[in-house]
Amino acid sequence: MSYDEGVMAQMRDIIGRYPNSRSAVMPLLHLAQSIDDEVTPEGMRVIADELGLTTAEVTAVATFYTMYKRRPVGKHHIGVCTNTLCALLGGDAVYDAVSERLGAGHNEKDVDGTFWLERIECQAACTHAPVMTVDWEFMDCQTPRSAVDIIDRLARGEEVVSTRGPVIRDFQATEHTLAFPVDGLAGEGGEADSIMLAGLTVARELGMKAPTPGEGSA
Amino acid sequence: MTIAPQSPTEVAPSDLVTVSVDGIEVRVPKGMLVIRVAELMGIEIPRFCDHPLLDPVAACRACLIEIEGQAKPQPACAISVTDGMIVRTQRTSLMADAAQEGVMEFLLLNHPLDCPVCDKGGECPLQNQAMTTGRPTSRFEEEKRTFEKPINVSAQILLDRERCVSCARCTRFADQIAGDPMLELLERGAAQQVGIAPDQPFDSYFSGNTIQICPVGALTSSLYRFRARPFDLVSTPTTCEHCASGCSLRTDVRRGVITRRLAWDDPEVNEEWNCDKGRFAFIYTHEGRIASPLVRENGELRPASWPEALDVAARGLAAARGRAGVLTGGRLTREDAYAYAKFARVAMGTGDIDFRSRVASDEEAQFLASSVAGMPLGPTYADLDRAPVVLLVGLEPEDESPIIFLRLRRAAQKKGVRIVSLSPVRTRGIDKMDAQWWACQPGGEAIALRHILGGEKAADTLAALRQPGAVILVGERMAGVPGALSAAAELASSTGARLGWVPRRAGERGALDAGALAGLLPGGRPADDPRAREEVAAVWGVEPSSLPPGGRPGRSLVDAILGDASRVERDEARLIDALLVAGVEVADHEGAEDLRRALDKVPFVVTLTTHHNEVTDIADVVFPVAVVAEKAGSFTDWEGRNKPFSAAIHGAQSVADGRVLAMIADAMDVSFGSGEVVALRAELDRLGRWTGARVAAPTVAPSDASGTVALATWRLLLDAGALQEGEPHLAATARPTEALMGADTARALGLAQASAVVISTDKGSIKLPVRIADVVDGAVWVPMSSEGSRLLSIGARHGSAVRVTGGTA
Amino acid sequence: MTPLTPIITAHWDVPDYFTLEGYRRHGGYVALPKALGMDPDAIIGTVKDTGLRGRGGAGFPTGLKWSFVPQNDGKPHYLVVNADESEPGACKDVPIMIANPHALVEGVIISSYAIRANHAFIYIRGEVPQAIRRVATAVREAEQAGLVGDNILGSGFSLRITVHSGAGAYICGEETALLDSLEGYRGQPRLKPPFPATHGLYAVPTVVNNVETITNIPWIINNGVEWFRQFGTEKSPGFKVFSISGHVARPGIYEAPLGITMRELLDYAGGVVGGDGTVKFWIPGGSSVPMLTADHLDTPMTYEAMAEAGTMLGTGTPMVFNNTVSVVKAVTRWLEFYKHESCGKCTPCREGTYWITGVLERFEHGHGTDADMDLLVEVCGNIAGRSFCALGDAAATPYPGALKYFRDEFEAATRTPVDEVFPPAASYVFGEVAAR
Repeated sequence: MSYDEGVMAQMRDIIGRYPNSRSAVMPLLHLAQSIDDEVTPEGMRVIADELGLTTAEVTAVATFYTMYKRRPVGKHHIGVCTNTLCALLGGDAVYDAVSERLGAGHNEKDVDGTFWLERIECQAACTHAPVMTVDWEFMDCQTPRSAVDIIDRLARGEEVVSTRGPVIRDFQATEHTLAFPVDGLAGEGGEADSIMLAGLTVARELGMKAPTPGEGSA
Repeated sequence: MTIAPQSPTEVAPSDLVTVSVDGIEVRVPKGMLVIRVAELMGIEIPRFCDHPLLDPVAACRACLIEIEGQAKPQPACAISVTDGMIVRTQRTSLMADAAQEGVMEFLLLNHPLDCPVCDKGGECPLQNQAMTTGRPTSRFEEEKRTFEKPINVSAQILLDRERCVSCARCTRFADQIAGDPMLELLERGAAQQVGIAPDQPFDSYFSGNTIQICPVGALTSSLYRFRARPFDLVSTPTTCEHCASGCSLRTDVRRGVITRRLAWDDPEVNEEWNCDKGRFAFIYTHEGRIASPLVRENGELRPASWPEALDVAARGLAAARGRAGVLTGGRLTREDAYAYAKFARVAMGTGDIDFRSRVASDEEAQFLASSVAGMPLGPTYADLDRAPVVLLVGLEPEDESPIIFLRLRRAAQKKGVRIVSLSPVRTRGIDKMDAQWWACQPGGEAIALRHILGGEKAADTLAALRQPGAVILVGERMAGVPGALSAAAELASSTGARLGWVPRRAGERGALDAGALAGLLPGGRPADDPRAREEVAAVWGVEPSSLPPGGRPGRSLVDAILGDASRVERDEARLIDALLVAGVEVADHEGAEDLRRALDKVPFVVTLTTHHNEVTDIADVVFPVAVVAEKAGSFTDWEGRNKPFSAAIHGAQSVADGRVLAMIADAMDVSFGSGEVVALRAELDRLGRWTGARVAAPTVAPSDASGTVALATWRLLLDAGALQEGEPHLAATARPTEALMGADTARALGLAQASAVVISTDKGSIKLPVRIADVVDGAVWVPMSSEGSRLLSIGARHGSAVRVTGGTA
Repeated sequence: MTPLTPIITAHWDVPDYFTLEGYRRHGGYVALPKALGMDPDAIIGTVKDTGLRGRGGAGFPTGLKWSFVPQNDGKPHYLVVNADESEPGACKDVPIMIANPHALVEGVIISSYAIRANHAFIYIRGEVPQAIRRVATAVREAEQAGLVGDNILGSGFSLRITVHSGAGAYICGEETALLDSLEGYRGQPRLKPPFPATHGLYAVPTVVNNVETITNIPWIINNGVEWFRQFGTEKSPGFKVFSISGHVARPGIYEAPLGITMRELLDYAGGVVGGDGTVKFWIPGGSSVPMLTADHLDTPMTYEAMAEAGTMLGTGTPMVFNNTVSVVKAVTRWLEFYKHESCGKCTPCREGTYWITGVLERFEHGHGTDADMDLLVEVCGNIAGRSFCALGDAAATPYPGALKYFRDEFEAATRTPVDEVFPPAASYVFGEVAAR
């Protein structure tokens, strides 16, 4: 198995970002996953050859990190945070609803193999709990109904927009973004939503500003 | 246990610090690890991930101790002592004791109750330390994590993941020491496990060491799994009989059969490692052994009694006195080789003796006589550690002397030793030693060395060689490259670099020193030097004049045997009417086909050997002798270091070569001595080294490297060698038998897309899969003696010209 | 009443503030030319004088960390930004990267200049592509504007910035594990000494700093030491991006001086919602620090006051829970997190988290025992202070804290499944699922 020259050129491009080529193994694995919908043994071997490592060394890295999957993910990766805060605030119910809708459990796929469901860890979005992700893009503040609705719309091929990101593409597209993050979509998703602006909003309402130099405390 | 090379007695007082451990004050070198200090004092702190030869990781947390001033317990394996440090181990500190007990409880949490069926039981650090440090009962009531078990990480090495305690000794060894990171930790957390990539088994030449350092029974060998309990075994320290690295081993025997071999401690030589060949290739000792003396009658060999066989041998050898020869091969112990060397001169009246059952030359004989035979110890492994540069000439350490490889790899990584390899192939071994590859045509080594001498090339290497401590190591295949050994000797003498000769077999240096080469008497004595002859005659109790001349100058014994065929045709007298042959494979010689036929024509052949082979096929008398494990003796390693050992298999019915020769001498009415190891050793000690004048080093001019395609070759560590018979797991880990060619060479030959090639000479051809690799232009590399690739059988050797054409796979 | 002080967040309502253009219009990239005109050691001195403490959780003085880098050693130096925010409860760095990536970039350039690094890395956890693309695009914009690259603004200082995507491993937020991960190995922590300041990325001097820490730098350069020190306390100077989450009316980002109390923050956040409107327990900064109760709402949010209260400020990202929540379940989920994220290197954390989680899961289903309660204390005690890195300590933290304040809940869980005592739906922030 080998990748075409275009992909190999992309790999070399990624390797060039680092003073030491071994550092490129993580983005190269994201790139391979973006092409193959998973990390395959052959993909790891190509990466190993490119970096002058043994396949075992690349496998050691690939199996350490949760995001590298070793079975095809399908079209969409659905993550529901069931860490403490999200779970207690309703994430468990969101997960149950999505799980029932997909007929799949943790790290399983629906019968068509289109959706991969995963209980994910804290997404650094606790203020927006319960948090769901689609292809790792934010789908904040979910309820069981809204979450299932998103699945339904994706299943019907309708456009779904990330709450703080771009239009949902697919799992492999996100993986490509992780390898090549200047993907032209940074302009999507808005500056900040009302939750991120909560404190600023209150400060404005109360007329609170931070002092500038020379002003002394407000 | 290997202690770090620097011991307190070698350290200046100003580098010592005062440390208190459990209330006892000691002065130790600054920077020593707490765990090592404790060991010196006889205090054992529990440990799993720590190993004196591996960089500390402090992962297992079993070695936690209390250091005054630190609120939390500290890992003794990762803390260096400082002046005034106060350490309290589990013996005097509740903090340390509680911490260690806690960690031990965790270690046993997911560990399966496999002891009844686990190889490690009875010699298991986890068992032992659980007894000293752990709780009597378990409080864990949840389900242990399980894995399918065992799985193969190579044909030889089996892995029981459940038993693994994630100490990472095996993965660190594979990566740091061997340079073969095919064994890695996979997954994360409690699911963390040792593993391989599916298409890349852990076929490292050093894989067996991981079994030995694994502190639990997670890694076991296919060869030994389920075979024995440690208390069934009788263990004996021995020396490895395979290559000339000189490893110390421990041989474990049960009911007279070797069950396994471990690497044993020799800090100066192999530290605590050995290679897989030394570890696993011993099945030959108990399979296919010849049981009794054999005598040929009416063309067939038949069993005979010892008296009968000795009588036939004695009469046959006596009748050919003065027109006989001795082939000892390179596998004899030093004492047995000496017995042959003496027997040849006193009983057979001949100086025609040769230990080189391989590609050899007269230039090599002169080189060995001038620069190696009977020389004092050195260069040594320690010299490699200290050298500013080590130049490898026609030597691939990973295949031909694995312990030199390990030592050089570490020297390059940790001590900045610069290594330059003059070789036709940029091997993985070269990269693993961080060595500079100096691409050289096979057969062109002599010219390359002349270029350095002439200052035309590699001026920086020449300059480095002039620095004190520089070392040149030359491999045995340089015997087949005219001018190479001459140039190497000149390079050494003109730069002051120390020159080391590295043969492939364990017995070669000892045989050389014992005088088993025409032109040499024991101790490196020139055979025609009057004083030398006097010294030897005095020890042997004979008249100096009765010693035969040195041996016909300028030709080897094998040449003489081969030449006899045409002599007979021309109605000339044979040169060799009788041969005494030790355990030697005909196929190892150049012109093996011709030699086979020529041997058949030798009127009388006596062989002392362990297994049937092509020599017993034509021998007139066959004596069964002991394998190395059944006798005491010693091997001299490539450094010139003597490594004595006692018999590992006691009460064996077999007899060592020296004893058999003594019995034959007795039957010939020749005064020889008892032939016991003690007696032979005593004679060798009496003889000592030659201190007189030596022959000059050879001055053979280089010949041009052969044209067309030049063949590069050496013997892989694991190949079709006779001593590796009978161990299929080991054989399955051998490197693939394939030809290697550079991309440009392949293209020039129209073979860029070929998947297989045919290598041909006038005498035959071999077909092999081919792979593009870093090989010097105009050359092809092929393993010398692997299944399907017996180069000597088609008359090819390193430096030969061969034809290379495409073949279908 | 401690006022809110929007500084880093002051312009988050400007729709294009995440772009170079938008950032520049609101005071961005003014500090950079000023800094490039200063001596690098002067910048280090300034940061030292501010007393700025690392915002990643450990609170180590930033200027001091920078000063550990040997100068004139002839070796490359690196700045590595730890953007691996994965601590349960922590969500301040990701919003900063989404809303204000250029402040981070400007901070990176100035900080690299100060420590004489010509190559900086921003290691962002892989699960947040929006943060990654915002930061990477900001770097690209800065490159195109000549603010990153060769001879920046004619100063003679050159800098490359590499944005690196993680792949899902909380342990990579530990600085030495991050370095190993960035080097292309499994993200397992390293032995210290040697410290990253002398032997960091690729074994050369490296400074690893948190996103928020670096984001402070442009304001420090622009406004100076005195301005900075007017916020916070003597030992915890400065202002903090607090993320308030949990059972509050207005969860979100609140920026205030250190020293503000949780009661004040709760007030700004609209108070507790659900349950009986009171705080049952709260955690000042991520699950790795001990929990507190309503009794501690007036403790100032500073490093020293939190330490005195028996916990830690940590990331300064409080989570608040009302009385509908089962502490047993909360702790169990956190331990499942630590078990999942344990790197496996050291025995206590690898095996201990496996054990604790197994026992807690039994409690969750009502099958705990009294002996288990004591056992867990011992197991946590055998992990804390014994593990290789702070993840072990963190894993050993939730249970003892919970047992201290809510022993009765664990006792109840020896008889009754927690879902029966604390019906989950009562805690949900949406009304779709009726409380059973």
